[in-house]
Amino acid sequence: MEINEIMINSSFILICTAMVMLMTPAVGIFYGGLVRKKNLISMLMLSFISFALVTVQWIFFGYSLAFGPDIAGFIGGLDYAFLNGVGMDGEPIPDLLFMVFQLVFAAITLAIITSAVAERVKLSAFIIFGLLWTTLIYDPLAHWMWGGGWASQIGALDFAGGIVVHIGAGFGALALALAVGSRFGYGDHNMEPHNIPLTLLGGALLWFGWFGFNAGSALAVNEVAINAFIVTNVSAACGALSWLAAAWIKGKPSSMGMISGAIAGLGAITPAAGFVGPMAAVCIGIVAGLVCYGAMLLRLKKDWDESLDAWAIHGVGGLWGTIALGIFAIPAIGGVAGIFSGNFGLIQVQIIAAVAAVVYAFAGTFVLAKIVDSFIGLRVSEDEEYVGLDIAQHGETIYP
Amino acid sequence: MKKVEAIIRPERLDKVSEALLGNGFHAMTVTEVRGRGKQKGIALQFRGKEIMVDMIPKVKIEIVLEDELVDKVIDIIRTNAQTGKNGDGKVFVYDIEKSIGVRAE
Repeated sequence: MEINEIMINSSFILICTAMVMLMTPAVGIFYGGLVRKKNLISMLMLSFISFALVTVQWIFFGYSLAFGPDIAGFIGGLDYAFLNGVGMDGEPIPDLLFMVFQLVFAAITLAIITSAVAERVKLSAFIIFGLLWTTLIYDPLAHWMWGGGWASQIGALDFAGGIVVHIGAGFGALALALAVGSRFGYGDHNMEPHNIPLTLLGGALLWFGWFGFNAGSALAVNEVAINAFIVTNVSAACGALSWLAAAWIKGKPSSMGMISGAIAGLGAITPAAGFVGPMAAVCIGIVAGLVCYGAMLLRLKKDWDESLDAWAIHGVGGLWGTIALGIFAIPAIGGVAGIFSGNFGLIQVQIIAAVAAVVYAFAGTFVLAKIVDSFIGLRVSEDEEYVGLDIAQHGETIYP
Repeated sequence: MKKVEAIIRPERLDKVSEALLGNGFHAMTVTEVRGRGKQKGIALQFRGKEIMVDMIPKVKIEIVLEDELVDKVIDIIRTNAQTGKNGDGKVFVYDIEKSIGVRAE
């Protein structure tokens, strides 16, 4: 085989794909530490199941719905169903590699949503919900932004998934949590995280995988990838520090706050990673830590049991980053200009795309959850919830 | 002198502990335990067949105090540990012969 530019890019994207794959079980590890110990296996399982489920959905028809020929700006056609015609052609990487790189994005998005149903979802219902959600919510969002749909036609940008992944999963999670209802005893019983080091380990793996997520979204070994890698790290670090500071003022500088802030920073830089420089990333990260922390306080005040804060961290972080792209983009990095470069047009389309995604993800997920709930029931029984999903759903426990 | 030993739901421990503290009962020993009561555990349906989950996690609180305070402590524990469902637990009261502080000369 000839070593040409496409193969050099491919070697990079193969590694990035593997890194992003690791993020999906990392979500499970992150979430697993945050729940009570009777639900640890369940949380890990939901992430692994998300990966397996979306893998199959994506190669059968998901990829085609997202990246097939445009139908009315809303969805892709089924021309690439069963990977028909998806092969080694394509630049800057082969189509088949692009397909699998996108697959790992779709998988982690579903894993993030499991926050909303932590400690109470029936596995069978989640599998059905997950299949429908990926097909009806994720695939259209991916088509809008990346597959030639209406949002990309009006010039809206999403470098690595601020809208598609983080707004989709975050606002979907909020809707799902409201549809499924709070955990039994929420607000009354002690539901403190049972293993914070496990959550920090999950957070570390997410931070690591995010380099593949964002740098890989350049789809080539080039200056954009290098910039994306650096701004990703800068934003995560600033998010970690700003959330920590905000939490410190109100109480103790908890490790949970620090890692939550890092992920808020990572989610916020995601849409903008290919368009902004390191100093803009400092601003994006700091604001993400503060705004997402505020969103979490609001959620607690409202008594929404969006249990593990996918909404506050991913949803609100992704929303802020999508808007921040319209503020901080500079032509020297990604070829587009935001407000600071004198262009007031970009932020308008960014807001339109973001708001549309928020509404579609929230309303669509809510309706879908209600439908699945009315047919087979999304929740386990109260007794099963009490005993814990590890035993009730899987017949396993973490301790003998 | 008596010992009050209460086996309650773990998720109620914070509430009970706060209420005891609020009423001036500071000293207590807490142990994580597992067990089953009259209902023999919890019966779950799994694919049409029944599985029994016995050995449910609970916590055991032990408090040693003067005789006249026993009823008040039992009342505080019951009020704050109760959910009205099976598995709320049990309170036992024992006679204590002696109580000696380790530090005291």
